Amino acid sequence: MALNAARVGAVVRKELRDYRRKRSIVATMVILPAVFLIQPSLAVFLSSPSTATAQTFRVSLLLLLLIPVITPSTLAAYAVVGEREQGTLEPLLTTPLRRQEFILGKAAAVMIPTLALSYAVFGLFLGVVRVFANPTIASDVFHQGPILLALFLFTPLLAGWAIVVGLAVSVRASEVRVAQQLGMLASLPTLGVVILMGVGVITPTFTVAAAFAAGLLVIDVRASRIVSRMFDRERLITGAKAVEP
Amino acid sequence: MSATVGEVEAEATVADREPALVVNQLTKRFGERTAFSDVSFEVAHGEVFGFLGPNGAGKTTTVRTLGTLIAPTSGSAIVAGIPLSPANGVEIRQRISIMPESPGLYLRLTVTENLEYFAGLYGLRQPAQRIASALAAVNLGDRAGDLCGGLSKGLRQRVGLARTLLSDPVIMFLDEPTSGLDPVAAREVHNLINQLRERGVTIFLTTHRLEEAEKLCDRVAILNTTLRSIGRPEELRERLFKGGLTIKTRVPLSDPEQLFSPIPGVDAWSSERPGFYLLSVSDPEVAAPEVTRRLVGAGADVLAIGEARHSLEDVYLELIDEDVEAQR
Repeated sequence: MALNAARVGAVVRKELRDYRRKRSIVATMVILPAVFLIQPSLAVFLSSPSTATAQTFRVSLLLLLLIPVITPSTLAAYAVVGEREQGTLEPLLTTPLRRQEFILGKAAAVMIPTLALSYAVFGLFLGVVRVFANPTIASDVFHQGPILLALFLFTPLLAGWAIVVGLAVSVRASEVRVAQQLGMLASLPTLGVVILMGVGVITPTFTVAAAFAAGLLVIDVRASRIVSRMFDRERLITGAKAVEP
Repeated sequence: MSATVGEVEAEATVADREPALVVNQLTKRFGERTAFSDVSFEVAHGEVFGFLGPNGAGKTTTVRTLGTLIAPTSGSAIVAGIPLSPANGVEIRQRISIMPESPGLYLRLTVTENLEYFAGLYGLRQPAQRIASALAAVNLGDRAGDLCGGLSKGLRQRVGLARTLLSDPVIMFLDEPTSGLDPVAAREVHNLINQLRERGVTIFLTTHRLEEAEKLCDRVAILNTTLRSIGRPEELRERLFKGGLTIKTRVPLSDPEQLFSPIPGVDAWSSERPGFYLLSVSDPEVAAPEVTRRLVGAGADVLAIGEARHSLEDVYLELIDEDVEAQR
């Protein structure tokens, strides 16, 4: 079964249009990443070269990985149950749109602004450190090779994870608020890994980063297939699960 | 090898002869609850087909089933020439359009943006032209740039209709299109449906507004979980009710029993109020002249005499009352 790129594109365009029209969505998307800049900025600009350790910057940089996890979770959690609540899901399901196209379109529409914002924040942070931080501290930050690699490599993978979890919750939830609260659960595993690295249980190396990336990729692909299968037109419309005749 | 013009025309003629919709013993159950059962009917191309029934009769579930949104429990159907099955869902949905009871528009998007989205989902070529033409058909060309959130309920319903027109469907399913509309807005929707009928669009209209069905539909089916009756409104009347004559006199007749009972063709008579009489007759055209002669002969001051008309509402209520009685 081939997916129709035009239909996926139509879903993405409509979603991005809809986000732009709702200021609260744009504001939330911008404010959250800004909040996650506070701790790393304090760590860089308030530390003195004599007292700062590699561990200080490591944890600070890893905290930035929460941006691609937290930013998309509410949007993804709203994606299906939101349409259902505002009465737009049924007309949508009467079109030739396949469930996989719908899920892919919704996921891509959340992924695009998430990646743009996350990379913009990382770039901004590193740029400010390079220009304004003490040269010794800046050098320490830029010597966190595995962490910097993780920031770039993990961002789409972590965003993908958060989006898949959010969509899964959204497909099953009966109410937007419940879906958005449950969607935040996606950030817990990431937070756990950051904490484990922070306390030294996991040592970030290039090998560890690559292994985590590969594992996340597999999880994202499998989870997206599960979400597609969870998307049951009949249950979404009537509340009753489809039963084979 | 491409088909010749003659072959294409021949195929089109065959397609036109086949019904737009064939439903055969279709049943849908949700666990122990039966939404509709053993429903069979056909809808011809270009027909406006009314699907009537009380709340909970299974009308919307039937539309959703035929629209591949939910799967039937048993039975079969051919929708727009394609057998109803999960594998054919995309193809069927490509050929039909459904307007649910609530139009379900994206309120933060403009009318045009809403239609652009659906044009994209149907993969329409030249979407701008199709959108302009759909908006013109519902007289909304001048509101194309308005946000849907700012439109009245009636205008939103028209946008919903424009959306169903976009893909030039073989069958349009309109589920309670005038539900919640004021009389003026409802009349606008009626006019639009009449215009669509003139263009030869096949329309499957669910409603519980009987005057709407009588005004708009070529044929109607009355559903109350099972199909209770189907036919043209006048056929249903004839099938269910005997002919009748209504008589109005200035002064009540002194002995109506003696006057009416001997008249050939008059089976019974009744009077709900003084000076008004309803005669049950096998053929009103045969009975009317003789009844008139007898009334004049008896010296009655006849103010009016005419054929009793039963509305679709009478038919509907009779059938639904039968169901209520049967359940007791």
